[in-house]
Amino acid sequence: MSTHRVVGRPLPRVDAHEKVTGGAQYCSDVRLPGMAHAHVVRSERAHAKIVAVDTAAARSAEGVLAVITQQDLGGLFPFYGHIITDHPVLAGDRVRFMGEPVALVVAESTRSAQRAAKLVSVQYEDLPVMISAEEALAEGAVSIHQHTYKEGGGVFWETVPDDGSGDNIAHQREMSWGDIDTAVAESHLTIETTAHYPMLYAYAMEPYCAVAKYANDTLEVISSTQHPYMVRGELARIFDMRLSAVTVRSPYVGGGYGSKSWTKVEPLASIASWYTGRPVKVALSVEEAMLTTRADAATVWVRSAFAEDGRILGREFDITLNTGAYADSSPSILDKAVHRCFGPYRIPNLSVSARLVYTNTVPASSYRGFGAPQTNAAGEYNVDRAASTLGIDPLEIRRRNMLERGEQVLPDRRPLDGDVKADIEILVKELGTPPEAEEGVRYGMGFGCSVSDAGAYPASIATVKILSDGSALVSTGAVEIGQGSATALSQIAAEELMLPFESIRISQSDTANTPLERTTNASRTTTLVGLAVQRASRDALDKLRSMAAEVWGCDSDEVSTVDGRVLCESHSRNLSYQETMDAWFGPGAGETIGVGIVRKTGATEAMPPFWEVGMAGVIVAVDEATGSVRVQKLVTVGDVGFAINPATTEGQDLGAATQGLGAALSEELVYEGGQLINPNVVDYRIPRMTDLPAHISTVLAERGDGVGPYGAKGGGEGALNPMGGAVASAVSRALDIWQDEVVLPLTPERVWNLLSKEET
Amino acid sequence: MSSYAARRSVTARVNGQLFTQEIDVFSTLAELLRDELGLSGTKVSCELQVCGACSVLVDDHPVSACSFLAVDCDGARIRTIEGLAASGCLHPVQQAFIDQFALQCGFCTPGFVMMSVALLESTDSPSRDELMEYLDGNMCRCTGYRSIVEAVEAALRPNGEDEE
Repeated sequence: MSTHRVVGRPLPRVDAHEKVTGGAQYCSDVRLPGMAHAHVVRSERAHAKIVAVDTAAARSAEGVLAVITQQDLGGLFPFYGHIITDHPVLAGDRVRFMGEPVALVVAESTRSAQRAAKLVSVQYEDLPVMISAEEALAEGAVSIHQHTYKEGGGVFWETVPDDGSGDNIAHQREMSWGDIDTAVAESHLTIETTAHYPMLYAYAMEPYCAVAKYANDTLEVISSTQHPYMVRGELARIFDMRLSAVTVRSPYVGGGYGSKSWTKVEPLASIASWYTGRPVKVALSVEEAMLTTRADAATVWVRSAFAEDGRILGREFDITLNTGAYADSSPSILDKAVHRCFGPYRIPNLSVSARLVYTNTVPASSYRGFGAPQTNAAGEYNVDRAASTLGIDPLEIRRRNMLERGEQVLPDRRPLDGDVKADIEILVKELGTPPEAEEGVRYGMGFGCSVSDAGAYPASIATVKILSDGSALVSTGAVEIGQGSATALSQIAAEELMLPFESIRISQSDTANTPLERTTNASRTTTLVGLAVQRASRDALDKLRSMAAEVWGCDSDEVSTVDGRVLCESHSRNLSYQETMDAWFGPGAGETIGVGIVRKTGATEAMPPFWEVGMAGVIVAVDEATGSVRVQKLVTVGDVGFAINPATTEGQDLGAATQGLGAALSEELVYEGGQLINPNVVDYRIPRMTDLPAHISTVLAERGDGVGPYGAKGGGEGALNPMGGAVASAVSRALDIWQDEVVLPLTPERVWNLLSKEET
Repeated sequence: MSSYAARRSVTARVNGQLFTQEIDVFSTLAELLRDELGLSGTKVSCELQVCGACSVLVDDHPVSACSFLAVDCDGARIRTIEGLAASGCLHPVQQAFIDQFALQCGFCTPGFVMMSVALLESTDSPSRDELMEYLDGNMCRCTGYRSIVEAVEAALRPNGEDEE
């Protein structure tokens, strides 16, 4: 590590000064000249046909420019959905969840738009409402969608009219190897458990926001999105425009965690601008954002077959994800859930059956972990319960089953590139043992592990420009959503270019001006965009060397770059970068541009680009009188290969783990009838400062084994993934109650009920 | 301009500068700062005075600008994130947030910084528990809070003396 000058060090964040002085601009801060404001009229029914929409009163209200319904979108393709294009920009003949956009009021001010929205009257004809996956899958259940999809080779699946066999299954996936029935029949012990993972909201502090300007046959959008390039593609399809005519820019994003992936409110702002000819802003409230997307809820049944010594002989999973009214990214989440449910174990016989179910709830989409937290909790709780039944220590049972580096997690994929056996030893040692029970308080320890096929599809491009004074600009399409990518990528450029960290500036994502980065998700940015920046920096230096060789009239093989200078040893000549460009272009006239490309070839040919390891554990204190669970100690181990910036890397682990604690202990979207009853920060309880565990340890296990620069690989989601199982097992050990059916979050009420059952 | 409500003139001092502005009587302080005065550093999130993102100081007391009526600021002295480093020199709390990596997305940061300044100005050597109790009304979804606690402690004890 000591050979590096800039990477591997906790250098201050490049965005910190702007963010502590109020200068950092977010989409919600954007104001364009002549900008109008739009407010969404939302469905007050969970499932209904729209009989009529009366917009007359709203249209004549003070300050109103337009009231737009689907009827007004003639000539457009008014749908989005990056896998299944089933999501209408505005509801057509029916609504499928309460809160669905039905109309859009555009006015001179936010307040005028909000007031007029109340004057829009919608006449509905109710249809049966299905909130749980069970209801939607019941015999004779009404189909929520009138279209199904044809799975294609491309990114988008074609939607086709339903052939009449309509059920509410959006997508299915089966995966198996070996012979599970024989494994079960020949086992010493089988353990069957079911775990329910709650409906969650990612709760970015900045709600969804977009500002659109449609003018001169071009569309410019500023958005809170973490996927500007994917949004550009969907907008181009809606308006039938070339990609070059659509620009999407992401300024600083106020929290993403996956929930700002893909398309959200950008089509609404865009149709409003297209319709009115004015720049239009759509800024949602937190409540509206909670009616826009959420994470898939899961019910996961697991049966594992064990030998007497605790070896896993086989595992069976049955996964049902409740995905709400539209598919969005969830078909892909289901596929990943299938890959991520069974853990980093050697499993000779496996059978996974999974389905994604439409219901009349807020559509679910990406959230940190992407299918892993939902299903890993079930798998890991099952292992812990088996350990308890077999009388084997929970670390020991994992030792006996864990994969070694280089083994296959999934057939035909990249072999495991981390050392999970070493990681879990670090984790358990660091966690220590829980205190003895005291009057009214019981303690328990729990931990878990996961591996995720992370990184998504490798397609990342970066450019590095060395300017005439020797400073440099880095340009990538990656979005700084708080994860620290701007800092890490700047460090990589400074390291490679041998320039001071302070002389590097990095741009924000802008589809018209930055090179393509497919997506900012799947813990990929440091690894894949990092590689692209590394290659772009080296390409720029190559070009500088060629320039110097030409100036000196020598062979470029004789020219090297050392300590920020270009030199030719055989002629004992050297020039600064600035002098090299001055000599080649003319004084002050030059600039050197390097390009770095990462695609599915070479080091990034094998999929996934890397395995993201999740390692986390807790010691909890359970209050017998109230059932409340407090986390006393939290440990994470980040198997990240090489931490470009150790401070921001640990920050990602702690942040992810804390979100996992929220899901395990307090967060849950609750429906009453067709209505989401807690879309606000009072009733949807995210972790607060006083929930901070007294002891926290965020360990980094750096072994240089990643495909990224300097051996880096992704982090950021890992520590969230095993948290549900870790907390559930810790509570089970504290109470000495192992459940057949675990329901997360373990709220005081649920834990108190468990304790009460124990007494009777 | 809207005709829904009466308008009133408000005169206040924001970050040391006196201004007079005509506003709707139902305008919030956040609207006044962000929309009328262009001070967008103050962020709005929950709009329920629960998350703390919009914390600013009115006559040295922290308030939630999202739900504090602008008309109630007449004659007041208001401090926002933009005014903290007006002299060009960062406030110790701001410097500590940078040094301790006490931010990620940064959306909650102005509120946390202003609340921490209020704590520093109102309390002598608060304990860690008092600090956490004071800042419990500010929410951060990114960091898990440890680095924020460490930053505020560093700002409270610039010379590194122990809590005891």
